[in-house]
Amino acid sequence: MTTTIPNTLVYERPIGFTETPTHYCPGCTHGVAHHLIAEVLEEMGVIEKTIGVAPVGCSVFAYNYFDTDFVEAPHGRAPAMATGIKRVLPDRIVFTYQGDGDLASIGMGEIVHAAARGENLTVIFLNNANFGMTGGQMAPTTLPGMKTTSSPLGRDVETQGFPIRMAEMLSTLDGVSYCVRRSLHDPKNIRLAKKAIRMAFETQARGLGFSMVELLSTCPTNWDMTPVNALKFVEEHMVPFYPLGDYKVSEAIKQIKI
Amino acid sequence: MTRELWKGNEAIAEAAVRAGLEAYFGYPITPQTEILEYLSKRMPQLGRAFVQAESELGAINMVYGAACSGVRVMSSSSSPGVSLMMEGLSYIAGTEVPAVLINVMRGGPGLGNIAPAQGDYNQAVHGGGHGDYKPIVLAPASVQEAIDLTALSFDLAEKYRAICMVILDGSIGQMMEPAEMPDMQSIQRAHWDWATDGKMGQRKRRILSSIYLDPIQEEQMNLRLLSRQKTIQREEVRYKEYFLDDAEFAVIGFGTAGRVALSAVRQAREKGIRVGLLRPITVSPFPVHEVEQLIGRVSGILVTEMNSGQMLNDVQLAVKGRVPVEFYGRMGGVVPFTEEILHEIERVASSKLSAETNPRDEWFERMIGMR
Repeated sequence: MTTTIPNTLVYERPIGFTETPTHYCPGCTHGVAHHLIAEVLEEMGVIEKTIGVAPVGCSVFAYNYFDTDFVEAPHGRAPAMATGIKRVLPDRIVFTYQGDGDLASIGMGEIVHAAARGENLTVIFLNNANFGMTGGQMAPTTLPGMKTTSSPLGRDVETQGFPIRMAEMLSTLDGVSYCVRRSLHDPKNIRLAKKAIRMAFETQARGLGFSMVELLSTCPTNWDMTPVNALKFVEEHMVPFYPLGDYKVSEAIKQIKI
Repeated sequence: MTRELWKGNEAIAEAAVRAGLEAYFGYPITPQTEILEYLSKRMPQLGRAFVQAESELGAINMVYGAACSGVRVMSSSSSPGVSLMMEGLSYIAGTEVPAVLINVMRGGPGLGNIAPAQGDYNQAVHGGGHGDYKPIVLAPASVQEAIDLTALSFDLAEKYRAICMVILDGSIGQMMEPAEMPDMQSIQRAHWDWATDGKMGQRKRRILSSIYLDPIQEEQMNLRLLSRQKTIQREEVRYKEYFLDDAEFAVIGFGTAGRVALSAVRQAREKGIRVGLLRPITVSPFPVHEVEQLIGRVSGILVTEMNSGQMLNDVQLAVKGRVPVEFYGRMGGVVPFTEEILHEIERVASSKLSAETNPRDEWFERMIGMR
């Protein structure tokens, strides 16, 4: 049976968003991702029962922006912390918000096993190909040849290894119900990203197991680019390396139409 | 109530269940694995949360999450696993949420071995993780005490929004003794005014974190933790003393070392040596006042531990050179025999003691001489 969820247009501050001046750099897409999550939580009517888990990295202060309960995890451990919360409060909506340093580097063990256990929680994963908070060092997601402060000559895969495609990797696990990659580089993709975030939270609300949305994101400051050029970089360099798409959508979720 | 034969690790697990444990997260490591195994069966039977985590890092952060939700939560591990948990413990301390951790200590450092040891005293009592904090640390010397202190640990953790660790060595975890189990308590969520369990239309949002970007605010937080430690030091010291009323000499030891020392003290008494025993049950808060009470009453103190003299430092801080302190320790997973400690009591009772010498250096010289 197909469930259709009405798509409501909102032209005001989501009620799940607090009035906090942003701490993110000009042109950074974290703010867009935050906004999309707040809109989705409002549309689903779950703000009152949502508990967020913030990471370490640029989004360490994510908890300032959402009008929900929030905890702040050690670096990379957000999926473990979220597991602890969801297991004792299974009727709450629990999500982690993590960057690529947090999730794909130090937190690789926690994310893989939370996914493998099929923890009924949602992960919003921002991939901007570097460690933003510490000033732009190489992350596991840094593109081959990409210059960072710790790969000053460009990432040399011979000595610094290859980037990790998280959405593809996690989609191989049986515990994962919904795992997709979207991008935030233009309005069309932002709308697609919002739909994916909604689907991820719907997955959790239906008790269908682990859901993750990987969002390709910009870092104009550390990439040393204007915001517009950073968006272009995502489109021209990130998307070809990290193809957008649905890597795993379980049968039950395919029935949900937004 | 009836006394039943309980294995230490399983007794701890059941005692936690009966104290209202709502969630357990752990990882296998000898010699504590029976706690994990027992709860893997018991917790789901009761509809409570059990997860075998991917690592001790995962386990302690699951504990952290559940602790923020305001439920009674616990993990257990042994020395190398507890080292891995230090990151999470520091965050838990910095967030001021209650959590219980059992450490069934084994020989170390490194992978060490799986024999009983007390080498994690400093790590437990003096914090272990980064930053300024001190957990409450309880040290049982029998299966019965392990049961009682496990139950108590949840009350203390909640009362002070702090970490309560129960440290025991592998021998208490592994041995069976007759013991009495407390009654089953039903789960009653406290609904703490700090828990991040969802607004649920009842209140404003809550944030739990260990971040204080402003150094002045962080210092205020450090002071808050310190003042809580002062209260704990005043209110929560627990210990047992044996034959100290007329004692000329005192032995101080915790856990299994204290238990072996008690047998040695009894044998020394039979030989006419007026010796008594002070066995700290809370090693943090350390029974400083009780050690000070010995000054002027005894002419020497013998500290005995299954490590290289970690509690010895705390005894010396309390004594401040006012009475001679001697030390005897075994390490690496070696449990001292009663005869060894008896021999040490006899040595102390028949020697001219000095408060000027370094008991650890002298013990080290004797150990090297024995080899």
